[in-house]
Amino acid sequence: MTLLNCKKAVNQLSSYLEGELDEELKQTLEIHLGKCHHCHAVFDTTRKTIELYCDGKLFPLPDAVRGRLHEALRRRAQRV
Amino acid sequence: MSAGQVEQDAPMSEPQAATLAGDESVLVSGAKAGDYAAFEELVNRYEKKIYRLGMNITGNPEDAEDVLQDTFLKAFEHLPEFREDSRFYTWIVRIAVNEALMKLRKRRSSREVPFEETQDQEGEVRVRDYADWKPNPEQTLAREEMEQILRNAIQSLPPGFRTVFYLRDVEGLDTHETAQLLNLSAGAVKARLFRARLRLREELSKVLRRG
Repeated sequence: MTLLNCKKAVNQLSSYLEGELDEELKQTLEIHLGKCHHCHAVFDTTRKTIELYCDGKLFPLPDAVRGRLHEALRRRAQRV
Repeated sequence: MSAGQVEQDAPMSEPQAATLAGDESVLVSGAKAGDYAAFEELVNRYEKKIYRLGMNITGNPEDAEDVLQDTFLKAFEHLPEFREDSRFYTWIVRIAVNEALMKLRKRRSSREVPFEETQDQEGEVRVRDYADWKPNPEQTLAREEMEQILRNAIQSLPPGFRTVFYLRDVEGLDTHETAQLLNLSAGAVKARLFRARLRLREELSKVLRRG
């Protein structure tokens, strides 16, 4: 099993998070992450970044915008 | 939230998804037959997500409102053409992404990297910041403060990056679907996603890093 350096490890970040790595490369990467605090921090905080954006609370729909949407749709429907 | 209105941010179990799809197909059939209440129920289900999509891609509240209205107006007009070989939501996401991209092209300013010209294949990706973060930042910062940090960070990305990030990581589209929607190769989607994730992380690290 070949060892990874930090640059090669980071290049696998997306594929690792997607679960797309083959088992051997995944194990090699995890060995590196177990030893390298820097890469571990990058992987961990990138995963956290994605989680924060998936939380779904950004950009709530304002009531006024919703009201104008439904008004526009009702006007359009009445023309049919 | 009205009866039957579903905020679909949380992952669904398979039975939940199947029930929802069946329920949705009844609403789509009703809307196609001219039942406006059925169409309005579909709007109620997805209006928040379509607005969020518009804000994430265009970064502009006026454009996001146009995207929201134009998406549902087009959905209403073209509903008879919807063949139901995909979920209704997938169909309107396609409309919304196209509307948002048109807005971006119209509003493109000189300081933003144009969507089509985002460099995504060339250049080495270098991590400049290996900082770890404070534990549970979303619990230690006020909600409004955290949301402002997240909004600023995603808006700092070039449109071509934040669109790919949004579709792949927030909307959950796969690489192939995203590539088709954006008229990009699968390799370009992967490259942009990789860079977008790292750049977002670095933006957030400026505020969330330890010490």
